[in-house]
Amino acid sequence: MYSRAYKLAVALPPIAWVILFMLLPYGLLFLYSFWTVTPSQQIVHQWNLRNYSELLRVPVYLEVLLRSMRIAGIVTLLSLLLGYPLAYFVSFHAGARKELLYQLVIIPLWVSYLARAYAWKTILGSDGVFNMLLQYLHITNHPQGFLLYSPFAVVLTLTHIYTPFTFLPIYAAMEHIPRPLVEASHDLGATPLQTFWRVIVPLSIPGLIAGATFSFVLSLGDFLAPLLVGGPSGIMISNIVVSLFGAAYNWPLGAAISACMMVLVIALLFATERLEKKWSFA
Amino acid sequence: MEFRVSERSNGSPRWLAVYAALVFAFLYLPIVVLILYSFNGAGVGGFPPRNLTLDWYRQLSQDSALWDSVLNSLMVAFCAMAISIGLGLPAALALDRVSFPGKALFRHLVLLPLILPGIITGLSLLMLAVVMGLKLSLLTITLGHGTALIAVATTEIFAGLQKADPKQEEASLDLGANYWQTFWRVTLPNLKLPVIGAALLIFTLSMDEIAVSFFLIGRENTLPLEIWSRLRRGMTPEINAISTIIFVFSLAMIVIWYRLRVRSGEEVADLVAPATEEAV
Repeated sequence: MYSRAYKLAVALPPIAWVILFMLLPYGLLFLYSFWTVTPSQQIVHQWNLRNYSELLRVPVYLEVLLRSMRIAGIVTLLSLLLGYPLAYFVSFHAGARKELLYQLVIIPLWVSYLARAYAWKTILGSDGVFNMLLQYLHITNHPQGFLLYSPFAVVLTLTHIYTPFTFLPIYAAMEHIPRPLVEASHDLGATPLQTFWRVIVPLSIPGLIAGATFSFVLSLGDFLAPLLVGGPSGIMISNIVVSLFGAAYNWPLGAAISACMMVLVIALLFATERLEKKWSFA
Repeated sequence: MEFRVSERSNGSPRWLAVYAALVFAFLYLPIVVLILYSFNGAGVGGFPPRNLTLDWYRQLSQDSALWDSVLNSLMVAFCAMAISIGLGLPAALALDRVSFPGKALFRHLVLLPLILPGIITGLSLLMLAVVMGLKLSLLTITLGHGTALIAVATTEIFAGLQKADPKQEEASLDLGANYWQTFWRVTLPNLKLPVIGAALLIFTLSMDEIAVSFFLIGRENTLPLEIWSRLRRGMTPEINAISTIIFVFSLAMIVIWYRLRVRSGEEVADLVAPATEEAV
């Protein structure tokens, strides 16, 4: 039905753009990671694996990567713990207020990322809302400093930011569950709990995997929340990359870390795509 | 055809409602604090907020550096929107109707910036700018946003195409209209809502984008980067005030969008869902 000219006209511009502004830059990232920087801070195109061996040799890189993965893992778990029951409630038990509640989950996404991270600073700070509340209730009589500038603050902030992202695909998956299936389960004598575990959970697994991937990958690569609320013990892998591209001026090493992150993320996406296919019922 | 599982037959789990309320409380606590402290005379710390005042808004209205950055952000967002829609629309059509070698790779690449941490996209574009000898400026940020957000345009418009009826285009072509006329008179009007929806979403995402911009910034700041540089120097409720204003503004846009959808008789479908569903 569509002529050759039509096909070329719609396909060529986006393909050209994607090659120039995506494939090429991502490729450059890998190229840089095989180059090196001289003591006089010049990037020379000397092909070698030194950056990668450096990553394996100096323990701090692996340590921070593992810490980032631990933080991202906890954020993912918490986002699922908050987002999954919420999605179930809104999708199956909200009645007439369903649309409203759904919008209420989305609205926080329209508040600027920085503003939300920064609000946690107001809440957790030593003269912040939380500390004053603790003192007001006589749970403690002096400000607790451990709240802010800690991995705890990073986890809390990232969980807050990524819970709606986790909620969305789970909710979408639940909305796609045919309601007669749920009715049938009731009619055939299953208790609500059995229906939940044996009908709703298995059918919502693709959404759950998608939501988990979202929060894990995005929080793994975050560098702003750690800078704002993390303090020295909350530093994550992207913060190291930022400093390598800034003050430390070692682009090739920074590129090597980014390349590793990218490979990690793409491998994860492949794995989850297969998992989702395996669990999808359509 | 809607089967609503009645709450009663399901044993209305009260604890679940309580749990959901607590999650909402968690989601809204920082937002309430943010807005409340924009009126706090005593600064960003302390509890409870006291000496409620509009001073921060007054100070904000005279802060020309901040408004310059707002203007920059608006400019970037408009241009990014044009780039993303201008390329996302043909990309969606191509994915729907054209088979070409490397199509799967193309699809994955287009969607990648949605799920890839912004730092990686930002850094790779920085390297491209260096290699191409481009000076960092609002232009590089615009290119970055435009490129990263093609993903949003493509997913929203592709979802819209799946719902459109291909017979209409066929009829138009059979009746003698050429492809160009068919595109403007049939294809595009059918895609009006997904295109507007994508444009709104791209606009708001670009206004708030920071991870990609962080690496592509030249001399002039966008609003998030201006806020960022101030946060590092110390906090004032002026930041709360501008964030509150932007929030109210985005909220108004969303409400207008829903009115538009409802009036056009479409089911109130989703602004955010297609993008998040497709991305993973």
